[in-house]
Amino acid sequence: MSSRVSPSVAVENYIRLQFPSKSENESFARVAVASFVAQLDPTLEELTEIKTAVSEAVTNAIIHGYENSFGEVRIECSILDHTVKITIEDDGAGIEDISVARQPLYTSRPDLERSGMGMTIMETFMDLMELESSPGCGTRVTLVKTVGDDPSQQPS
Amino acid sequence: MSVETLVHQEVLVVRLHGDLDHHSVESIRSEVEKALTLGGYRALVMSFASIDFMDSSGIGLILGRYKKLKEMRGAMALCEINPSLEKILKMSGVYRVLPVFPSEREALAHVKGVL
Ligand SMILES: Nc1ncnc2c1ncn2[C@@H]1O[C@H](COP(=O)(O)OP(=O)(O)OP(=O)(O)O)[C@@H](O)[C@H]1O
Ligand SMILES: [Mg+2]
Repeated sequence: MSSRVSPSVAVENYIRLQFPSKSENESFARVAVASFVAQLDPTLEELTEIKTAVSEAVTNAIIHGYENSFGEVRIECSILDHTVKITIEDDGAGIEDISVARQPLYTSRPDLERSGMGMTIMETFMDLMELESSPGCGTRVTLVKTVGDDPSQQPS
Repeated sequence: MSVETLVHQEVLVVRLHGDLDHHSVESIRSEVEKALTLGGYRALVMSFASIDFMDSSGIGLILGRYKKLKEMRGAMALCEINPSLEKILKMSGVYRVLPVFPSEREALAHVKGVL
């Protein structure tokens, strides 16, 4: 990692997106984030992983947060050196018990043929996944991943 | 996203195309269900050769059809899984319940042998 002259300049570049919770926006959201991240020269695999994680978070906001009523989904994606940080937030139902929700195969909507794998996919494909939620107010997911020629990720 | 269905003797073959996400999965599911029910098939092969993107919505689709065919004592197999798809399917235990083959031909031969 290169050392920064001024620690207060913590964001090199960012985008913000906001859109109504319509399922047709899911592909737009993941493709927009992936196009933005492309400037870091990620591998195709890294880009697919980021796209998939964003798709999971946005889909959760639409299905679980807003339960198919309409609300706003907001995404912020920032990059600094080779690290991308993405937050996806909704003002929807929120999550009662985050540790239960994060368990692999846990879903509150088996009736919709959901598999309960979204959180596990986000955790596996990103370096870090953080969840903040308050019931009745909404949910924020933070995803962080270092891509491209990070010296700490030696090819094996 | 589109679905191509074809029939090989007793077997329904579903070839998925494009992006498989929450938005596209509902129409795919109803098309596959319709084809299964109308034809009275007891065997299903799903090919992912032309899939560009898939998230957990695809896992729900696969496991939902698996449950249904199991209830009917039918057979099911997957084929043409690319590496990024493979990761998601392994993570969610799909490989533990369903046979996966490199080609459609091998998947077909397998389900025909099971019936
Ligand atoms: N944005 C959100 N708002 C409210 N509840 C949520 C939100 N995101 C997740 N949850 C809760 O956490 C559970 C687990 O989420 P996860 O994405 O792992 O599984 P799923 O969405 O149910 O299934 P899948 O992602 O495999 O289709 C959900 O079933 C839901 O109850
Ligand atoms: Mg989910």
